[in-house]
Amino acid sequence: MSEAVQAYTVRLELVDEPGELLRALEPISENGGNLLSVLHERGNLTPRGRIPIEVDLEATPERFDAIVESLRDAGVNVVQAGAERYSEELVVILSGHLVETDLSETLTHIQGSGEVSVTDVSLSAPGGTGDVSSARLRLATESGGIDGVLDAIDDLAEEKGLRVITPLTEGEA
Amino acid sequence: MKLAVMGAGAVGASVLDLAAEYGHEVVAIADSSSAAVDSHGLNPEAVTDRKAETGTVGDHDPADALAADYDVLVEATPTTLGDAEPGYSHVVEAFERDCHVVLANKGPVAERYADVRAAEEASDGDLLFEATVAGAIPALSTVADLGPTHVTAVRGVLNGTANFVLSRMAAEGLDYEHVLAEAQDLGVAEADPSFDVEGTDAALKCVILANVLYDREYTLADASVEGIANLSGSVLELAAEDGRTVRLIGEVQDGEIRVGPRLVPENGTLAVTGTRNIVQLDTAFAGRLNISGRGAGGPETASAVLADVGRLAKR
Repeated sequence: MSEAVQAYTVRLELVDEPGELLRALEPISENGGNLLSVLHERGNLTPRGRIPIEVDLEATPERFDAIVESLRDAGVNVVQAGAERYSEELVVILSGHLVETDLSETLTHIQGSGEVSVTDVSLSAPGGTGDVSSARLRLATESGGIDGVLDAIDDLAEEKGLRVITPLTEGEA
Repeated sequence: MKLAVMGAGAVGASVLDLAAEYGHEVVAIADSSSAAVDSHGLNPEAVTDRKAETGTVGDHDPADALAADYDVLVEATPTTLGDAEPGYSHVVEAFERDCHVVLANKGPVAERYADVRAAEEASDGDLLFEATVAGAIPALSTVADLGPTHVTAVRGVLNGTANFVLSRMAAEGLDYEHVLAEAQDLGVAEADPSFDVEGTDAALKCVILANVLYDREYTLADASVEGIANLSGSVLELAAEDGRTVRLIGEVQDGEIRVGPRLVPENGTLAVTGTRNIVQLDTAFAGRLNISGRGAGGPETASAVLADVGRLAKR
């Protein structure tokens, strides 16, 4: 661990249920983060009806990444971590010759298309990897970034002859 | 009202059958090769029996039905793309005679909206076409009641065949080819299903909605269309793992028309199953309206045609 310890601010959204705050803080100490302060804005709700909390902590960059990852693994909604701000999430399904068209390159390309992070990938290849397969991608983007990300994915899919099934973002409350 | 019905398929035959129920009479009906004309009103059974036995509806030429003495022309010939013929010429001829026109055929209002409106403008007759969008569902009359400028978006499931295929694939874990063959056996899909599964039919309905909402001419060429043909079952499987499913959704919003397979919540409003359709309207002052029901079928579509005839009768 040669990298220097830095201070980070993480903004989380919690469901208003007992034990949620503890559940959100555990991954920080478990991954070697040093908790500096917790601002629990109870009574103040986010647009999604959740409680915002702001956590200041110290960690090495490597440990900080592990903290954010384990928070997300624990199902805690991380709105902002360090300088990044991921406030919108979407799921798309790609279908076609995913393996032949280099799935990892596809994912790298999507990640490189802007402020977007691929947070989860599930692959289904019932006919084997040489046949048509499908992948469900969970993406986190910055606020208002969804349209740009979807455009980039559409372009990429067209180029690679893949089918994209995008979520209907309007209309389903 | 006295009706002349062009087209004696499922919809035309049902209009003939049900007209009396709605207080109207059919004085002429034509299929592609023959016509039956009777100024005192046709006997539906006699016409239907003859069609079943001989393949013709009567001894007249189809042109005689168009020339008969009627108040409303019901255009129920098959939808055609491009020049929308022969439906378009039937519409023009009825307007030239100052008769009203009710469409079940999507072609004229999806492909030649400006021409059709111009012909209506020059005529004492009026045009209604409720049956062209989602069969029995009162989509266009609801838009008319709300006022087209108060409708900010329309989206929905507008093709029963595609919806049947998608909902069976999701429910049974079957592949596309298998479910399509089953749909063809059941008569839900046609021998050539491309119009339905390629998204064309849903797109035409969206084009018609756009024409009404924005009062300018859209055609199929203005729509971005993607179908569900050969969709991999693995897509539905991955969607289901995430509490979602796939539906062929048509959208009209901000002057744009888009049809394609989309992810929707599995138990959401738009995830109707089987051949059911749904039309969702976002409105400026009345929130969101959802109307679901049967989007196709002879009697269902005929009920929309006869509702239009009833509206014309009150004018």
